[in-house]
This record gives sequence, C-alpha cells and structure tokens, in this order.
Amino acid sequence: MQNSFNIAVTVNDTRYERAVEPRILLSDFLRHDLGLTGTHVGCEHGVCGACTILFDGQPARSCLVFAVQAHGHKITTVEGLGTIDNLHPIQEAFHEAHGLQCGFCTPGILTTIVPFLEQNPDPSEEEIREAISGNLCRCTGYQHIVDAVKLAAEKMRK
Amino acid sequence: MTKKFIGKRVKRNEDPRLLTGQALFVDDVEIPGMLHAAFLRSDYAHARLLSIDVSAARQRPGVVAVFTAEDMGEDWQPGPPLVSPPPTAKDVIFHSRRQVPLVKDKVRHAGEAIAVVIAESRYIAEDAVEDILVELEPLEAVSDLEKSLQEGSTLVHDDLESNLAAHLIQKKGDYEAAREKADLVITRRIVTDRGAAAAMENRGIVAHWDEKSQHLTVWDTTQAPIPIRNGLAARLGLSANQVRVIAPFVGGGFGPKMMMFYPEEMLIPWASMKLSRPIKWIEDRRENFYATTQERGQNHDVELALSRDGHILGLKDVFLHDTGAYDPYGLTIPLNTQCHLMGPYDIENFTSEVSVVFTNKTLVTPVRGAGRPQGIFIIERLLDIAAKELGIDQVEIRKRNLIPPEAFPYEHKIIDQAFAPLVLDSGNYWPVMKKALDMIGYDQFVKEEQPRLRAEGKYVGIGITPFIESTGVGPYEGARVTVEASGKVFVATGVGTQGQGHFTTFAQIVAEQLGVAVSDVRIVTGDTTEFHWGTGTFASRGAVVAGNAIHASASIVRQKVLKLACKILETPEEELELECGLVRVADTPHKSISLGELALLANPLRGAVEPGTEPGLEATAYFGPQYGATAFGTHAMIIEIDPETMMIAIKRYITVEDCGTVLNPLILEGQIHGGVSMGIGNAYYEKLHFDENGQLLNASFADYLIPSATEMPRIEVGHVETTSPLNELGTKGVGEAGTIPVPALFSQAIENALYNRELEILETPLSPNRLFELLVNEEKSR
Repeated sequence: MQNSFNIAVTVNDTRYERAVEPRILLSDFLRHDLGLTGTHVGCEHGVCGACTILFDGQPARSCLVFAVQAHGHKITTVEGLGTIDNLHPIQEAFHEAHGLQCGFCTPGILTTIVPFLEQNPDPSEEEIREAISGNLCRCTGYQHIVDAVKLAAEKMRK
Repeated sequence: MTKKFIGKRVKRNEDPRLLTGQALFVDDVEIPGMLHAAFLRSDYAHARLLSIDVSAARQRPGVVAVFTAEDMGEDWQPGPPLVSPPPTAKDVIFHSRRQVPLVKDKVRHAGEAIAVVIAESRYIAEDAVEDILVELEPLEAVSDLEKSLQEGSTLVHDDLESNLAAHLIQKKGDYEAAREKADLVITRRIVTDRGAAAAMENRGIVAHWDEKSQHLTVWDTTQAPIPIRNGLAARLGLSANQVRVIAPFVGGGFGPKMMMFYPEEMLIPWASMKLSRPIKWIEDRRENFYATTQERGQNHDVELALSRDGHILGLKDVFLHDTGAYDPYGLTIPLNTQCHLMGPYDIENFTSEVSVVFTNKTLVTPVRGAGRPQGIFIIERLLDIAAKELGIDQVEIRKRNLIPPEAFPYEHKIIDQAFAPLVLDSGNYWPVMKKALDMIGYDQFVKEEQPRLRAEGKYVGIGITPFIESTGVGPYEGARVTVEASGKVFVATGVGTQGQGHFTTFAQIVAEQLGVAVSDVRIVTGDTTEFHWGTGTFASRGAVVAGNAIHASASIVRQKVLKLACKILETPEEELELECGLVRVADTPHKSISLGELALLANPLRGAVEPGTEPGLEATAYFGPQYGATAFGTHAMIIEIDPETMMIAIKRYITVEDCGTVLNPLILEGQIHGGVSMGIGNAYYEKLHFDENGQLLNASFADYLIPSATEMPRIEVGHVETTSPLNELGTKGVGEAGTIPVPALFSQAIENALYNRELEILETPLSPNRLFELLVNEEKSR
C-alpha cells in the first residue's frame, strides 16, 4: 500500500501542498500538519460537531473526513472567519451575547452558522435550535448561543 | 457605595481569542521532537493479569518506548490521597485504596490502563497498542451496590474483608424519639444512578522534561494546577520550583478534571523524564467514558417522620454510595449528600448512615453537583409523597418547613465535606421561592390553565423545587495584583479556569478598586509560575475564594496608589478618586496623575527610598473563609408529556437564585443555563448503563445522549441577593446551582402531569423509555 499521497488543499484561501498518509484525518491534518488548532476535536465519531469546518462552503465534520479526500477542495476553518481585531459579525455577536463559555465547541458552531445564515438570513428561534442541534455544548445550555445567532442575523442583514 | 463595575453585564475579556481559534488548549501545544502516547486498556472490568508481552510493540518502527507496571520498578506507586482521610473518630471506617499508574496484578475496572506506548505519532502509538499480547484471566465482576456487600461477594481489593470502603454515621437530635411522635412515617427505597460529566474537551497532558535546564513543564487539563505541581515534584523527586504546571484554556471541567492524580497525569511526566523527550497524551472520547471519573450512584433507604400538619419531625437515611474501583476522593461526595439531605428545611432530628462501596466500575469523584443533587432528590421526593398523603399543597408543605430568616447562621450539628461543622451562613428562603412561584404564575396555572388543558386531554404538569448549595469552601486562595508602567493591571491567581469567565469577573473586582477599564486588567489563572499558592477550581468556589483574594490584593494596591498620589498631588487621600486609569482630585479633575506614571514612580531606578518601602504598586493577599457560604435557589417548570412517546416538552423553566452579590449577571445567567442543561441531562437523558459484568454499554455520544439545543428550553432567570457575611464581596458560589434540583423537579412535574396514574418516581435518571416502563409497571400493579 502506498504510504503517502501528495495533496493540494486550499485552506482559508491559502494553498497548501503536503504529503500525507491516507489514514490521516482531516481534523488532524488541519490541527497538527497545518497548525490550525482552532478546529477542536471532541469525540472523533462525528456526533459532537466541535470539529466542524466548511468543505467547499458546506459544514462538514473534519473527524469523519480523511485529509486525502480534501485534495483539490476549499476548506474554511474558524481561523478563516475573522481576526481578533476584525471579528466576523457572527463572532462579534457571540461576544456580545455571551454565546460561549469554555469555547471548545465554539469554532464548530461558528462554522455551522455561517452557511445557515447565508441561506436563512432571518431565522426563527426554532430554526436556529434545529440548525445547531448537531453541535453539542456542555457549558451554555444553548440559550445565549441562540441569542447570539439571532443577533448575528440582525448584524448581517444590516 | 454604588458599584461601577461589579454587578454589570460586562462582555468577556477572554472571548476574542476563543472566537478566532487563537486560545491555547492542551492539545494545541506543539514542541519540536514531541512524542505521543497511547494506552492499552483492559476490556474486562475485573481480571487477573497473567502475562504481558510488549516485544512486538517495541519493535514497530516509530515506537520509542513501551512501559508496563514492571518497567516502572520502584516508581510504581498508587496515587496520593486527594483529600485528607476522615478523622479517626469512633465508628468511622475508611479504607484508602488509590488508583495505580498501570495495572500490576489485577484489573479493577474496564478501561484501566495496562501499558503505555510512546511513539513518534499517535497513529503509530495506537498501532503498537494492538501489537501488545496480554493474557487476562477474567474474574467475576462486582457491579451492583447491594450485591457487592453481600457475604461471599467477589472482592475488588483482595486484602480487604469486604467491599466496604467506608462507613460513617451522622446524628442530630433523636430520630427514633421523633418517629414515635409522628403522625406519618414515609419509608421508601430511592435510587440514583451514574452519569458522565462529558466535558467537550477530553483530558490531555503534555509533559516536557528539559534535561539541560533540569526543568519539567506540564500542560494539563486540570482544575487544580498547583496541587498537581506539588504532587509531581514530590513523586518525581524534584523541587517544586523545577516543575511548572499550566492549565491553559480548558474545555470544560465539571469536576472530573479536579481528580488528582489520574494515572496518565503521573505517567506522562514520568515517561518524559525517562526519555528526555516531550510527550503528549490526549484522551479520546471512548477513553473518557471509561477512564474519566463519574458520579451519582447511590441507593437510599429513607424514612421521613411528619406531623399531621406537614412539619418534618425527623429524617433517617441509610444509604450506599458507589465509589467505583478506588476511593481517592475520600468521603467528599457522601458527606455532601448528607449535608443536602435536609435541604433548606429546619429538621431537628436526623440520622444518616452511609456505607461507601467498592465496585468494578470507573472511579467516582465529584461531578457538577457532587452529591448534592442526590440529597435534594431524596428530601424533595419525600416531601412530594408526604404532601399527597397528608393532602397538603406541595408548595405549602415546603413553606412550612423552610429555615426561617432569623435562624441564620443555622447550625446543622453535623459535619460537612471538610469534616467541619455544617453551618448555613445566611439566607432568606421564602422570598426566593415566592419569586419563582410568581414568575411561573403558579396559582393561575394550577387553578385555571392546567384544568383547561387537562380537559383538552393534555398531560401538563408543574413542578417547584427549592434547594441549597454549599459553596465557596476553604481552605484558601491567593492573588497578586500589579499596576504596570503601562497603566494596565496584571493579576495572577492560582485557580484554574474552564469557561467560568474568570478573566472578566476577576477583572471587574480589580476595576472596582483601581478605577481602570475591565479590558485593561489582564488575568492569568492556572500557571504555577505566575502564582504558586492555592488549591483549585471546585465546589463553586472560584468567585468566592479567589474572587475575595483578588479583592483583598486590589484593595491593598489601592491604598498604595492613594498613599503615593497623595504626596505627588499634595492632596489628602480622602479627596482623591481613582477614575479612568487616573488618580485625580475629586473637585479638581484636571489635577491628576495616571496609574502608569505612579507605577514608574513607585519603582525608582536611582536615588534613595524611605526605609521599609516596597517597590511597585503591587500586593499579594490571601482569602480563606471561616466556612463555606451556602446559596439558595428555586427552580420551577411547566411540562407537557406526549403520552405516546414519553417525550417531555418544557413549556416554561424558571430559576431564581440567591448567590449573594452578583459579579456579572450575564456570566451568572450563563452558569445557570449550563447547570440546568446538565441537570436536564441528568434527569431525563443521561445514564451510564453498566451491565452485571461492569461493562459500560453506552460509551459514545451516539449512545449516551447529552441535551442538544432542541431539548433545551428557554430559561428565565430571577435573582434575589442575600449577601454572605463570610466575605467582603458578599458572594456565594453558583457554578453547580443550576444542576442540583433538576432531577427532583422533573419527578415532581412528571407525576403532576400524569395525574390520572398512580405513579411514584423513586429513581433518577429517567428517560422516555424508563418512564414508559414505569407506567407499564404501574398498569400491571393496578
């Protein structure tokens, strides 16, 4: 069996070329090969949603994808949303509404919310809860997350 | 005095880093040359280790070392006790059996570590774990609490006569005499079972022994970095100053990360020293279910003696507490249970006898609530039963028994988790309960809405559950506050932080004293190089104990600032004010000096200083409460049960909390929401299913269901403030409050909703399936 494959992946608008073992998970590749540690790994079986990234713009669990499958694709991680000095409106809203506590699940929730609000700019509370129901958070009870998503929607509509 | 910063809804200082993926968690640590560890763990819950052959694993390319218990030689030692053993009082039995780094002779729970592989990558380390040949002789496992104490039961620890780990009786008044006088005695068996803390971040540790500097740096997902440093230094034969432990951003604690020492926590630093290489180990979720501590398994045989008018005359509770395979955390949980069995009620006669039991299951140490939810569940269930039997309203029976405000400080005449007398420092309980009743519209619901909805065929129920929470326990915490030349303030404290917002609430406390912006106060928690005295973040004590230490340090710095400014501005101290990073003359605001300039003047580079002068605008202070502050609260809930699926829709959820002075309402609400969420999981979704062989049947997030956004209701939070007399800020803890009353509340509301069934809930956790089974049983027994 071939031990490593050359892949080219565009992550947060930067193109990376790397040789990877076929079994390396995309989550490990992003975190440990590229040093993008903002993507967190909570369960490694696709349930908790902490490792959610955008795969060609769609939310995907990076623990359920091999790095080689990302060859030729565009990935966005939390580091690609905004910076400390220039937060994305969703990040701003989470700050204002106290939408995070320990912050471990937060990157996966932010990346889930980006395409959700693009498709549904004025969601109801029920729709928001449904949208984040695949992202587990143990700290917040979700209420301030829901408030943050509402606030983000308002910000982004303006 | 009106407060400028304390009590305000201040946004968190820590958020921008967390929101942009720039916050350091343990698994984010990368060191050149770092190796990775993976563990071989036992599939059996109870087995004798006959032989182990690691030769193939050692030969795998990329493997650097494999260690077994034998390889550790003299360094193989059980972990140190985490809390002091109970005082050797009469009738107290305590057998201390602590977890071991690697199994030497016998496996005592599924998931116990047998060998560790250190390799160039985690992938290779896991491959090599598969190469290890281990021969285990399975033994009968002890899983059930009662069976474990039966004559002839298999022993978890062969050197003991039975599986009894500890035994303790606490008495107050004379229960038997009270029982004689009672009009009603309720006797029940009530069972609580295990759940997981399930922090989103699993445990992890990176250890880096630098041979050249003879220094060990450890990044650890611990709630208690300072005790970890002290313990590592002692075990590894190092000076404490050669060891730095950092608890960086930690992805949720909830108690199990307070456990010390996990076997991995000692082994990884030990291996790093052996190999002179940095080593990382990150727990995976499956390991988390088996190897991270759990809680809540207890069997209670209880009696409540009451008068006809619903006054509690006495309570007797004989219970078993499951400690799992070892008992490093002593009696903390069962003592907490005993201290909460009487809830917020004035009970004169009390007897409680606990037997702590070893089982072949994962270790038990506190999980958010820590024995308290069980105590509250027992007393609240009994009061619900009593209310029905006596024909008294459920609220009224509680009101009649609440400790009256004039009775505080209320001496309970039993001992608490620190073996000190249990005293409830302050409180005014009825207004809190009343507020919850008003917020949920109790009377209106019961009199109008519920009958109407029932007539429509709906199963709607209401519950209202008051509770206490012992918080803010000692011994102490400390902090150092420094005004820097930039005018910004630096604060270091020893506790760790796992999402509680310490970087903000602590900054608010400092801003209040020094008149700087909250965002100009930089806090460091959980780094032993920055501050090396303290214990940790547990028992809802961060804001109380560390908060008051920070307040004390900041107050001293304020005095230093005023003293120096008084000389420079030639104005008496009482005419000065600290505002906007300046010290200024109150009625002549242009006459001012900045804190930064003062800090420079306080640390001159030349010239002479007065004798006794301490440099800088800096102070270190400590705070240790006389005893823990006790918070109070009431939760109320309206539910509707789908009689087909047994799914519960929560229509309203109210909490009213009295946690003394509120530091930041936004953060407080977040703590409560999260606590309730865990409580709802505990009450209706989460249960660790161990079979009779000690095998955990639902060790994944696909099978162990923690509440998601669609199960959670919107929570309405109300506050009442009764400040604690035990500390200057008047704070009480609130971290666990949200979790404590929820199982009791659920049971009450479910029984209320299913009003036409003879349902008596005597167990927690429930689930839709379990509720269905209970109703089937009820139907059969009719």
